[in-house]
Amino acid sequence: MAFPEPKPRGPELPQKRVKTLDCGQGAVRAVRFNVDGNYCLTCGSDKTLKLWNPLRGTLLRTYSGHGYEVLDAAGSFDNSSLCSGGGDKAVVLWDVASGQVVRKFRGHAGKVNTVQFNEEATVILSGSIDSSIRCWDCRSRRPEPVQTLDEARDGISSVKVSDHEVLSGSVDGRVRRYDLRMGQLFSDYVGSPITCTCFSRDGQCTLVSSLDSTLRLLDKDTGELLGEYTGHKNQEYKLDCCLSERDTHVVSCSEDGKVYFWDLVEGALALALPVGPGVVQSLAYHPTEPCLLTAMGGSVHCWREEAYEAEGGTG
Amino acid sequence: MAAPDSDSDEDLVSYGTGLEPLEEGERPKKPIPLQDQTVRDEKGRYKRFHGAFSGGFSAGYFNTVGSKEGWTPSSFVSSRQNRADKSVLGPEDFMDEEDLSEFGIAPKAIVTTDDFASKTKDRIREKARQLAAATAPIPGATLLDDLITPAKLSIGFELLRKMGWKEGQGIGPRVKRRPRRQKPDPGVKIYGCALPPGGSEGSEEEDDDYVPENVTFAPKDVTPVDFTPKDNVHGLAYKGLDPHQALFGTSGEHFNLFGGGSQGTSNLLGEIGVNKGRKLGISGQAFGVGALEEEDDDIYATETLSKYDTILKDEEPGDGLYGWTAPRQYKNQKESEKDLRYIGKILDGFSLASKPLSSKKTYPPPELPRDYRPVHYFRPVVAATSENSRLLQVLSESAGKPVPDAGTHSRHQLNASKRGELLGETPVQGSATSVLEFLSQKDKERIKEMKQATDLKAAQLKARSLAQIASSSRSQPSSADVGHCSSWHMALSGRTATTRASNFKPFAKDPEKQKRYEEFLVNMKQGQKDALERCLDPRMTEWERGRERDEFARAAVLYVSSHSTLSSRFTHAKEEDDSDQVEVPRDQENDVNDKQSAVKMKMFGKLTRDTFEWHPDKLLCKRFNVPDPYPDSTLVGLPRVKRDKYSVFNFLTIPETASLPTTQASNEKVLQHQGPEKSRKPSRWDTSKQEKKEDSLSEFLSLARSKVGPPKQESGPLVIREEEPVTESLSNKNISKGVDSQTEEGSRPSMDLFKAIFASSSDEKSSSSEDEQGDSEDDQAGPGEADFKSSQETNSVETPSVAHASEPAPQEPAPSFPIQKLQIDEREAFGPRLPPVFCPNVRQKLEAPQKEKHKKNKDKHKTKKEHRRRKEKVSSFWVSWDRRQAQVSPLLSSRKAPPPARCDPRCEASHRDGLVPGWGHVGLSIPWQKC
Repeated sequence: MAFPEPKPRGPELPQKRVKTLDCGQGAVRAVRFNVDGNYCLTCGSDKTLKLWNPLRGTLLRTYSGHGYEVLDAAGSFDNSSLCSGGGDKAVVLWDVASGQVVRKFRGHAGKVNTVQFNEEATVILSGSIDSSIRCWDCRSRRPEPVQTLDEARDGISSVKVSDHEVLSGSVDGRVRRYDLRMGQLFSDYVGSPITCTCFSRDGQCTLVSSLDSTLRLLDKDTGELLGEYTGHKNQEYKLDCCLSERDTHVVSCSEDGKVYFWDLVEGALALALPVGPGVVQSLAYHPTEPCLLTAMGGSVHCWREEAYEAEGGTG
Repeated sequence: MAAPDSDSDEDLVSYGTGLEPLEEGERPKKPIPLQDQTVRDEKGRYKRFHGAFSGGFSAGYFNTVGSKEGWTPSSFVSSRQNRADKSVLGPEDFMDEEDLSEFGIAPKAIVTTDDFASKTKDRIREKARQLAAATAPIPGATLLDDLITPAKLSIGFELLRKMGWKEGQGIGPRVKRRPRRQKPDPGVKIYGCALPPGGSEGSEEEDDDYVPENVTFAPKDVTPVDFTPKDNVHGLAYKGLDPHQALFGTSGEHFNLFGGGSQGTSNLLGEIGVNKGRKLGISGQAFGVGALEEEDDDIYATETLSKYDTILKDEEPGDGLYGWTAPRQYKNQKESEKDLRYIGKILDGFSLASKPLSSKKTYPPPELPRDYRPVHYFRPVVAATSENSRLLQVLSESAGKPVPDAGTHSRHQLNASKRGELLGETPVQGSATSVLEFLSQKDKERIKEMKQATDLKAAQLKARSLAQIASSSRSQPSSADVGHCSSWHMALSGRTATTRASNFKPFAKDPEKQKRYEEFLVNMKQGQKDALERCLDPRMTEWERGRERDEFARAAVLYVSSHSTLSSRFTHAKEEDDSDQVEVPRDQENDVNDKQSAVKMKMFGKLTRDTFEWHPDKLLCKRFNVPDPYPDSTLVGLPRVKRDKYSVFNFLTIPETASLPTTQASNEKVLQHQGPEKSRKPSRWDTSKQEKKEDSLSEFLSLARSKVGPPKQESGPLVIREEEPVTESLSNKNISKGVDSQTEEGSRPSMDLFKAIFASSSDEKSSSSEDEQGDSEDDQAGPGEADFKSSQETNSVETPSVAHASEPAPQEPAPSFPIQKLQIDEREAFGPRLPPVFCPNVRQKLEAPQKEKHKKNKDKHKTKKEHRRRKEKVSSFWVSWDRRQAQVSPLLSSRKAPPPARCDPRCEASHRDGLVPGWGHVGLSIPWQKC
């Protein structure tokens, strides 16, 4: 009596709202998971940055020190420090535990749209609407950036960092990938202003969303188009997109108040998750689990798969 | 009960000291065992017992013998091959190190042995010996030492002796000596004089009565000067406690006897105490005369007969005054020696002056006349002319000195050669009248150069002052430049120039200009009114001259103010402002047209990808843990190349053809260099909607193009405008299919053509120069205007300095536009803008308004332009295009970007600096939700 092997279940999409964080910091400009996905950061328009446990919905700490709204934040690999950038043109390095500003990097001529740590949290890369990406050294006390990547001809909307690459999307319609190992710059023309870029988790592809309401999956090495995902609405705002935890789905915010899931390979719309009436401004996908955070207005929602049972309820 | 207790207490007898009562919980201390007891010195260090030779023993290595392992036997040495050298062991072999040290019993320090010790009378040692003699139990025991001299004499002694030297003589050639005159009083020996020992010796010799004529004498022995350094803190010539004085022994009395009882005479060493007869007690310089001294004297002094006078006032002690207290003029001899008594001892090496110091003669100041007034009146200076010669004469007579003749020089103004001339001498041939004539030709030239340099500096200084005045006067409503200039000169002429060092050559790159500049300085120094005008190149245009004038004046200010020593610390900038080259990235993201079509066709990949060499910063590589891909290069970022800044080809947009790849590249490079400021597209945000509209536009353009063939290049401006090569921005939208335009571009029209066509265009815009300046920030490559712009460039290229000046970054934001100029603006707005050149002198821009107005970069003010466009009615094609623009960008309108007029001043500033691109559409808007 040999039972057939149970088929491996398909990946589940987070569609069950398990928590809503009312952040109380004005509009939430961005929501980000930390490196292991246990905590999240919310960037408020009231100049604060908040650290949460999204599953329990507890506020852990508030980081204030920005002079204007916070537009993006990122956590270091060891969870010891945070970086954030905002409308005050400054990039701030925070100490997580004490909540103090460790350093403030000034030099951008415009709002800082996006910040990222490098893999070892020794460099902060910040992209600004002054069309430059600046690499700030966290180790030295130098006030000026290590290098300024000013190849873009318009504002930088997105910066992502891998171990040896810097991926940037610019409003000039190009995705630029700086490969430090090869010492080369690859510039892919997309045409429409880029709102968000990200690497796939296998490091082979880049996902690019642009203002023509299209997401494109590009081959990282050749720049060829692997897939195109449409159906959502993104013509006006800088919205986030990402890949699911196992690269199975493409996830994107939309201006119609939904989060769209596409199957990565087939390109078919898998799910349109209604979040609310407004624009889903930002989202973050858990690095290992089917867990999604969405930011709309002043609140952040946490979504899990259907089968998920809240740990907070049981324990 | 109590009584017996007390009794028992009394009965007990305790011996020794009781132990201290133990504290609670404290363990009784154990005595330190014997082996642990150590001997330490005051500082806690282990004290070592000394070796056997200095009264102790040192038992080798930590109380073992020899070494760590114990006794170390002498190593065996085979006598077969190497004979063990049988050294005789001396006592040193058994000594410890301490014994051999400086203070040990066998010190190893280098000392003079007796053999070579000097036998000359060391006064210090002698003194010590005397001291020893005085303190010795047997007084005068050292006399024996003196008598018994060591048998061995030093080598030097013996050598000298063999050469005929005798002890007591000096060394050197023998000398003759005059026979001394008989001493007046040979019988009396005077001991009171404290002559130096040598002198006293001499005096002894002088006592010889008779010296034969033909006898030579050895030179007198000279007592060497005592060079012992003063190593104490006592005063000069301090002698300490002299035992001869302190402890009066027999020697004191002995000397006293010699002294013949003459009180107050001190012998050479001052050894004789004044108080005789005192046997004991301490006295001396160190102690002075104590308060108890006199009493002590009385108490302890023993009565001796010598204390009493034995003669009834027959002989007064010493002075021979016999009770006479009047000044002793009669005893004139050796008066100075008498004074010695009051002086005391004389320092070593000094002797008393034989002649008294001649007193300084003082002259009383002259008596002032009664009517003297301490104010000087200058006599009026009158130039010697024929008219006032009489007056001069009167003046000079009143002044008491003759007026020098106009023709003749006064005696003091003549030099030797002139005097000789007057006397009719023939000048000496070949003799140099000045040092300069001895110099070589080269040196002369050098001197001349230096002189010129100082002249130049002086001139620069003058020019500087002049320019300062000029700059101050500039604030006032400025008159014509020439008037300006003259005012400078006025100011200049009043000033005296001091030389100031400066080697700056501000225009070293342009030798001609530098030459003109130096000429200008020289002229300025000479105070010529038209210095500037003269040095300027007459072939230059008025505008150029004005500019150069300004430059020179400024250069004179700038380059003199920094000192030349400072200048040596700086090197030239790598990128000069006035260089004709610009650095542009070597590679360039090429044209977007085909990319866009590729995107449209979803042909991502090679078509849409550009790959560049990119140099990450070394530190960045380090931080990323990545090996530097270009370890040898110092470059950071994209590689850059130098391009001619004003080449027309940098601004022409030449469509990409197989035959012209390099031109294309260069074109692209320039655009890249302009950096963030450019965006070729009107708006990238609304591409989707734009594209719908493009068809009609591109149709229109292609239609126009087909009409205007290559032969039409001579036709009017209107046609040309239509025919202009389509720039990127336009082509973004419509020229994916602009193949036909390529053929046109391939045959580029000559510059003369451009010039001919657009020569007049500058006139019509001259009034709107200010607007243009404001607009020049705007970066817009509009349709059909590329060549128009480049033709403007052509103009400026032919007058290079103009082009140079036309580049400064715009200063003011654009004010509102007059309506009549709007059309021009609209049209110009689409031309490619010039590269942003950061000209240091912005002011020049004002001087050349006509030439610089064609720069537009429109990014920033696009929204403003839209405003304008909506408001104004503009004719024909451009209107429709504009309307399209306006419709096309809902994003723009929906965005909350502030109108440019209210643009953030900081943005303005940074934009002006060329830092910030495309502010108009750079911001991605963020939805604001009320929470």
